[in-house]
Amino acid sequence: MKTGARILIESLQHEGVDTIFGYPGGSVLPIYDELYDSPLRHILVRHEQAAAHAADGYARAGGRVGVCLATSGPGACNLVTGIATAYMDSSPVVAITGQVPTTMLGNDAFQESDITGITMPVTKHNYLVKRTEDIGRIVKESFYIANTGRKGPVLIDLPKDVNTREIEYTVGGEKMNLRGYQPTLKGHKKQIEKALDLIVQAERPLIYAGGGVILSDASGELIRFAETLHLPVTTTLMGLGAIPGDHPLNLGMLGMHGTEYANFAVTECDLLVAVGARFDDRVTGKLDTFASHARIVHIDIDPAEIGKNKRVDVPIVGDVKSVLADMLSLLKKAGATEAWHKKLKHWKQHHPLRFADDGKLRPQFILRKMSELFGPDSVIVSEVGQNQMWTAQYYQFKRPRQWITSGGLGTMGFGFPAAIGAHFACPDLPVFDVAGDGSIQMNIQELGTVAQYNIPVKIAVLNNQYLGMVRQWQELFYDRRYSYTELPPVDFVKIANAYGVEGIRVESCDEVESALKTAVETEGPFMLDFRIERGENVFPMVPAGAAINEMIGGHTPS
Amino acid sequence: MKLHTLSVLVENKAGVLSRVTGLFSRRGFNIESLAVGTCEEPDLSRITITVMSDDAQIEQVQKQLNKLIDVIKVSDITYLDRVERELALIKVAAEPGTSRAEVMQIATIFRAQIVDVGTKSVVLEVTGDTDKIDALEKLLRQYGVKELVRTGKVAILRGAKTVTPTK
Repeated sequence: MKTGARILIESLQHEGVDTIFGYPGGSVLPIYDELYDSPLRHILVRHEQAAAHAADGYARAGGRVGVCLATSGPGACNLVTGIATAYMDSSPVVAITGQVPTTMLGNDAFQESDITGITMPVTKHNYLVKRTEDIGRIVKESFYIANTGRKGPVLIDLPKDVNTREIEYTVGGEKMNLRGYQPTLKGHKKQIEKALDLIVQAERPLIYAGGGVILSDASGELIRFAETLHLPVTTTLMGLGAIPGDHPLNLGMLGMHGTEYANFAVTECDLLVAVGARFDDRVTGKLDTFASHARIVHIDIDPAEIGKNKRVDVPIVGDVKSVLADMLSLLKKAGATEAWHKKLKHWKQHHPLRFADDGKLRPQFILRKMSELFGPDSVIVSEVGQNQMWTAQYYQFKRPRQWITSGGLGTMGFGFPAAIGAHFACPDLPVFDVAGDGSIQMNIQELGTVAQYNIPVKIAVLNNQYLGMVRQWQELFYDRRYSYTELPPVDFVKIANAYGVEGIRVESCDEVESALKTAVETEGPFMLDFRIERGENVFPMVPAGAAINEMIGGHTPS
Repeated sequence: MKLHTLSVLVENKAGVLSRVTGLFSRRGFNIESLAVGTCEEPDLSRITITVMSDDAQIEQVQKQLNKLIDVIKVSDITYLDRVERELALIKVAAEPGTSRAEVMQIATIFRAQIVDVGTKSVVLEVTGDTDKIDALEKLLRQYGVKELVRTGKVAILRGAKTVTPTK
């Protein structure tokens, strides 16, 4: 005889889970009792939100399903922001929550919340388990749903009595019952041929690659495809790393804080090949002027993304990896695009990303230095805001899954716990959380977690004593009325020290390199408190709703 | 904007209706009518939804519905040849005498059934398309409609076409 909790743990092991991020509580006591002598590693976070972000970071860095666990009521509710973050970026996470016993469901019992109801719009699917017999099948289905098709979070809500009941059960051999779920993986051959025809005819083609390339592990196919047909590539925030930052065909990021040359290229291209990207408003700016001279090919695993924001000429529904591989096997000849490449080269030369490299401690300097020092052998996680955009612009990502950020939901407080998760997926690489002083304070309690387990996450706070991105908008669009965006200075080294974590405050450019080296060479976690120029802005910038070639803080057009 | 009719085949499970309607409410759509019931396949239910929307928005909702794990099939049958029916139960004030006789006469014209008779009222049962029921309701208003209950609209395609699971 086995308890439901026991079946749960065995089912997780059967799915290959090695690490769970969680926080105990009343209704999950039976599960924690089973964890006590289970080979599964459980990382005790300091807030359930961090458990969800850590599971997400684990999934993004390692490409495997991340798992988090919380108790009913407040524990489950605290997971919600993390689940919504994973949902918006299609990250495969399985969230397990405790629930009050089935006999009390709906009675406003102590620590009861309708978490399946609450998470319905932010999960790919969720389950309220009513029978111990169903646990094995539901775990199996959850992992399958989370990690196939367009990936995403799945929640399993387990009432306490379902976990304590004992039944005869052997894990393995469960049959899934998912007739309504059949993702299309293979692209339609006719559509692929049509797309290839457009590509060879195009004079000014451009690939626009998004997070789908990373999620489908299709970076190799993308690079081969671009190289074979000599196609320039711009990536979204989520697509950074799909093609190396220094690859000659790479134009960097497009959109609101994209490079000038990427945005010029989108505006002037005559064929846009969107690969695993979703025409998000932060990418397109004003929709009418986005790629308005181009025919559009859209490759995506989710049919709901096709034509959602922009009319598409050739839709291809399928897994990006499989579609790109098919395209490579079917392609005939490359088009004549010399003039286009000449133009792109000219733009790249005359409109590079730039900042005042004047010896003052500016964030761009720090990130460029980090990029030089750590290259591909690092995992860079960011928070949300200016810190995120500077990192996206100035860190040259060399490989997929090197860059982890909350793109869709834009969750401040994501970075630090996600970096913890990333460490468990990539234990041999240094993991940095590039933070702002605002963001880091949203989950700063996780210093307790990194201290307890000696997790070598290095935090680089770009400390400007502002909620910088909002301050930037207030400066540019709200007459410098800095409404509630100034933060009093915080001594992050002292906070770290209080948790038993070492740190250094950095106030000048010449200290940067040695501070970064010290951080990496120090065993365990480390806090870097960079006191940066307070008024530094992220440029170039496309104002909300403007066309993406109308950038503030760029060069004069040439 | 146009009144769209969707036929949705779903798993007959707790929470499915909530998942389906949630995709409408998050877009600020008001569902005009909704009918749910079991269907020809055991374990499945068929939902008929009518909602005001433009074609692009309803296409997006349809695609999102298709993504729900418990949804087996979605069809927008707005532009297809179909039979639509609603059922209404209408309690009308009908004192014995002239008004009761008139109400019964109207019922006959509309092929409505009298399914309950009280001392001061009668209950009519009528089926038909939305317009027919609207017309009957309008006529009965003058006698005093005490209570009216309508099912959502159900719809089925004419001819050999069906909204059934592919494969």
